[in-house]
Amino acid sequence: MALFMPGDQVTVRKAFPPGHVRTPYYIRGKSGWVQKVLGSFANPEELAYGRDGLPKCPLYRVRFMQSNVWTDYSGGQGDTVDVELYEHWLELFDILRKKEKVCL
Amino acid sequence: MPLNSNESILDHYQAMELAVSQLLIEKGYFTESDMFAEIEAMAKRTSEIGAKVVARAWANEEFREALLVDGTEACESIGIVMGPTRLMVVESTEKVHNVIVCTLCSCFPRMLMGVPPDWYKSESYRSRVVREPRKVLAEFGTKVSLNTDVRVHDNTADMRYLVLPKRPVGTEGWSEEKLSALVTRDSMIGVRVIDNPAS
Repeated sequence: MALFMPGDQVTVRKAFPPGHVRTPYYIRGKSGWVQKVLGSFANPEELAYGRDGLPKCPLYRVRFMQSNVWTDYSGGQGDTVDVELYEHWLELFDILRKKEKVCL
Repeated sequence: MPLNSNESILDHYQAMELAVSQLLIEKGYFTESDMFAEIEAMAKRTSEIGAKVVARAWANEEFREALLVDGTEACESIGIVMGPTRLMVVESTEKVHNVIVCTLCSCFPRMLMGVPPDWYKSESYRSRVVREPRKVLAEFGTKVSLNTDVRVHDNTADMRYLVLPKRPVGTEGWSEEKLSALVTRDSMIGVRVIDNPAS
């Protein structure tokens, strides 16, 4: 079962685990909203090492405002970037949080 | 294997690729002829397949809707073999201009467009199109008005993206065959738009 629904505001974990990870650096720590729930897929972080990647992880298409991703973004106000992210990389956006958590 | 007959010294990745493919063959995961058959099959696929899908969507409203809901299923319904990854089709309109990239490597809808162009795999395109998409698009000759949102799609996981480009003006009533001849690979990546045909 997918934890998040379309419209949920989420933040990408600002984590830097070693190994094969499909979460681009530029999007870690950024907040966006779930645009679509894409289904569940074998975890690529496990598949990369010859393991079965099970249980499957829910995958989301998350949309970010470019102006939130890059502080100096100079394009249009409505410009966005969509990134596919596995559920274990996402947490519900916390409006009260002053500092971004950094975990390793 | 005479894969590198022109070069006397293998670089790091060439050596690794040779070692891994030989190991997989020795261990019986696939044969050498399986590997070459797959390489040939990949080389045979071109963006003509994607162009047919786009032309069908322009000409047939029902197909267009099905394609936007489930790209994989819609393509399979017209006999295109999609393989393990799933297809997401994003439609460019007056309001939204879509462009695709894989910032992590070179994920590309190969089943519809074959092998990606070299620039798509370059570090420059991959790093810049997410950061300054309008500037990169301008370098391809595509000026996007500030009234149109630019939406970048980063292929990071199990979906592959195809841009359904804006249908050129003046093509009403054209056959699918005639329409598909207008559709370019770059328009399905989203770095270029399709010019209106000369009347």
